[in-house]
Amino acid sequence: MTASSTKSSTQLPDAEALLPADAVISSARAADGHTELTVDRSRLLEVLRTLKERPELDCDLLLDICGVDYPRRDQRFEVVYHIASLARDHRFRVKVPISEDDATVPSAYGIWKAADWFEREAYDLFGITFEGHPNLKRILTHGGFHGHALRKDYDPGQRWLLTEEDSMVPAWATEELTDEDHLESQVLNLGPSHPATHGTLRVVVRLEGETISKAECEIGYLHRCFEKMSETHGWNQVIPYTDRLNYCSSMINGVGYALAVEKMLGVEAPPRAQAVRVILSELSRIMDHAVCLGANLVDLGALTNFWYFFQPREEIYGLLEACAGGRLTVSYARVGGLAHDVPADFEERVRYLLDYIPKFVNDVEKLITTNKIFRDRTEGIGVVSPEDAVAWGWTGPCLRASGVPYDVRKAHPYMGYEQYDFDVPVASTGDTYARYLVRMEEMRQSLRIIRQAIDDLPEGPVITDDHHVALPPKEKVYTEMEALIWHFKLIYEGIHVPKGDAYSFTEGANGELGYYIVSDGSGHPYRLKVRPPCFAIFQAFPHILEGHMVPDAIAILGSLNIIAGELDR
Amino acid sequence: MKDVPTINVDRGPIPFSERIYLGPIVKGLAVTLRHFLRNLFGHRDVATIQYPEVKRQYSERLRGRHILTTKEDGSLRCVACFMCETACPADCITIVAEEDPEATVEWEKKAALYEIDLLRCVFCGYCVDACPKEAIIMSRQHEMAFGAREEAVVGIDELRQKGPIEDQDLGYRPYF
Repeated sequence: MTASSTKSSTQLPDAEALLPADAVISSARAADGHTELTVDRSRLLEVLRTLKERPELDCDLLLDICGVDYPRRDQRFEVVYHIASLARDHRFRVKVPISEDDATVPSAYGIWKAADWFEREAYDLFGITFEGHPNLKRILTHGGFHGHALRKDYDPGQRWLLTEEDSMVPAWATEELTDEDHLESQVLNLGPSHPATHGTLRVVVRLEGETISKAECEIGYLHRCFEKMSETHGWNQVIPYTDRLNYCSSMINGVGYALAVEKMLGVEAPPRAQAVRVILSELSRIMDHAVCLGANLVDLGALTNFWYFFQPREEIYGLLEACAGGRLTVSYARVGGLAHDVPADFEERVRYLLDYIPKFVNDVEKLITTNKIFRDRTEGIGVVSPEDAVAWGWTGPCLRASGVPYDVRKAHPYMGYEQYDFDVPVASTGDTYARYLVRMEEMRQSLRIIRQAIDDLPEGPVITDDHHVALPPKEKVYTEMEALIWHFKLIYEGIHVPKGDAYSFTEGANGELGYYIVSDGSGHPYRLKVRPPCFAIFQAFPHILEGHMVPDAIAILGSLNIIAGELDR
Repeated sequence: MKDVPTINVDRGPIPFSERIYLGPIVKGLAVTLRHFLRNLFGHRDVATIQYPEVKRQYSERLRGRHILTTKEDGSLRCVACFMCETACPADCITIVAEEDPEATVEWEKKAALYEIDLLRCVFCGYCVDACPKEAIIMSRQHEMAFGAREEAVVGIDELRQKGPIEDQDLGYRPYF
């Protein structure tokens, strides 16, 4: 993944010429940098396979599959695939229009394993059938749910009684085993409310003696219809909802969303806003890693580290609260900048944190990194090869622990990350210990970024002065007629985002956090799809578990950092 | 992939010095002992706050319970323009408008009913941002407990500013 692929191709290959003849209905270069291909269903697999296997295209990472509902079109649904090439830095968006009467598409599971849960989600929420999928059943809603919640004709306000039962036991769990080798075999539930699951998620495992032979995850306990809800809320009103996605680093979600809308609007936040966003995002990343590692260690019996990590986290929350007014749910980002400027002592407090955080990271380092008990417990546990990690659609620290140095902040810099000097930590073993080491180093690298950003924090406004996008300052609203009119228009009508779609992606604490936004030109999103990084990571979990023991399952789960708020949306 | 500066964090096989447990264990005990002694003797560094006797000091931007501000004569500043109700992402504000008979200008409105469902509220501060009259601001009061759901729906009487503005435990307001 290094020597042969360093040739970065800003020159996009002529995709159509490389793809099977006549397979592509139309192709265009979208404004968000993706090459957009519209493909007929009958040729879909052929096109997808070519995208992956042809060396000039080399699209090894399937990021997202989602449905979009256009009730007025002849072909009512559109299945949208987002595919990227790690080696060549180019990205494709493949759209497949299908009709309501025959809403089926062939499954891409055979090409990318990452398609597994994303296809189940599209099946669940849109009723699109993926032929050839090994386990096509509902994922976010209950098995007895009627209708498909993200279809436009599904009334979100209706309240109906769910009477059907769903035993929620996988078919394999009820099979009789031939007990030939006298091993004790039993089915065990981990979760949904289990202290080590860190959120509500359930894992059903079959044990042969003490070894896990098969596992299946069940999620959706925290599904709160974020995507459906955003279709009825104004563009800025979605931001408090994004806080609840990955609630350990809520700032990053809000910033990612604001960047996505800004991309569609063609506006850019002022330099000061960008620098503050970087500082607070990196502090949030440190918090997220601290929570992940602290909780992972506490599950393994190392309680002290949990306290050492939560002490700096508390201080960071204090700073976020002084800036935004909220600790956990900050709601600080706005489309076009930030809600308001940082407090006067911001720089001083950030510098204090820069001195304060490393003390605790070093303490944990001393306690854990060279500790043989911890290493024996985690080395060789939950090993994921780089090929598997990419095939499952992994991104973020977990992918880097497997040896793939992919970081959105480096590969596709946004918000001025190109001007900061930092390294991407990678490990080669891909086990639980490697994921610990990568996160520890990432916290240090984040501190490096913050130090550079605070050293030259630009002066100036923190939100764009385009009053089609941002509310005018309050003192003008009180005194000037024009500002008052803009204020009224923005509150009542909202921002008008031009028609079209865009996929914007940022480096969340868990990996690539993507927002695919479709706008119909009105004051609220037509469709908003979040690509949650831990959704792709968690779908590999049952496969990693096979051959491990139950205590290992807890160690692996903690190291993957599954956040239910982001997983279930 | 672009040539990115990477830093390899692999640690290789466990060296002999770590395999015999002793060194790392002593190092680890030194860390915990240092924290223990500091907590025992150096009270200034203790992270624990003796809640509820001592409380964390929050900033002046904390988004707590709402206050409906009043004019000098004690009437609400609110003109029932419905901006906060529209801006609220959680739909927790209910306003019913009526004509204000005491207003100096004709057709001036006031709120006959102003209710906030504090259990629905997400405390995002969008109502404060939306208000063109500075009629709704937020206090730092964040400890709210209710015996029943109905008690969480608070009206004008509960929300009205009590006493002069300086005496309120002021939180999130415009001008920040």
